[in-house]
Amino acid sequence: MQLLNLYNCLPTYLVLGALLFAFGVYGMVVRRTVIGMLISSEFILAAASTNFMAFNRFLAPDPAVGQVFTLFIMAIAAAEAAIAVSIMIAVYRNYKSIETDDMVDLQG
Amino acid sequence: MQTLVCQPAGAPALFSAEGMVGVVFLLTVALVVAGAMIAVSARRLVRAVSGLAVCFTGLAGVYYFLLSPFLAMMQMLIYVGAVSILIAFGIMMATPEEQQTAGMRHRATLAGPLAFSVAALIFAALTVLGLKTEWQVFPRQGTFDIKAVGMSLLTTHGFVFELISVVLLLAIIGALVLAQRGRN
Repeated sequence: MQLLNLYNCLPTYLVLGALLFAFGVYGMVVRRTVIGMLISSEFILAAASTNFMAFNRFLAPDPAVGQVFTLFIMAIAAAEAAIAVSIMIAVYRNYKSIETDDMVDLQG
Repeated sequence: MQTLVCQPAGAPALFSAEGMVGVVFLLTVALVVAGAMIAVSARRLVRAVSGLAVCFTGLAGVYYFLLSPFLAMMQMLIYVGAVSILIAFGIMMATPEEQQTAGMRHRATLAGPLAFSVAALIFAALTVLGLKTEWQVFPRQGTFDIKAVGMSLLTTHGFVFELISVVLLLAIIGALVLAQRGRN
């Protein structure tokens, strides 16, 4: 049963990464709140990590490199989430709202 | 389908050890996809964050299948344990009661289908790219174990490692300053 050997195949993980990326892009466009967009951006980062890990498992000569890079992505994602949440709290104090439609002081 | 990189290629029976591993992998992928769908489409933000946590739990399983238990553990620790909880706290602190339904008022009617088609297009393009490319496998030189990761982190990538720690420090200080501003 070929279906049960999918975990040993590179394209499985590439398709999974593409799916996560597409979910991230879709959520980024559809969501009207800052938190929703933050969640979607996490998916885009997760898609990148998945691809790095897949190439690391199947193609790379040195399997440590992909793992180290994924660790870096995780660190950057954590920093980004912390900054984004604190910006969101500051925005909420000023506007009493986290909807992107309400933040139009610069006429964006 | 000669382009598929499968190591080792084969078709295990359902009731063998490899077959069971395959079943577990399919369940893991289903967890990832279901979590992502909930996170993107749920109306209430708290449910979206729960979907995010579910999806990242499944991703930890996927990392385990990619021969990296250390990364799976880090995924659970950082994403499920820290980032999801942080976003949940953000929702609790910075969302008025009537806005917790992800904001569906006066949205443009075209935005949903348009976003869906764009995302589907991106997915199709990336999938075709991943399936059609002739991937070239290089001979393996290192190992997957955590010792190799630690060595590489402190020797080859030592400078980036230090830089990341500075970035994290700045992010902590910046988050404190930003969240403090405007409090009176």
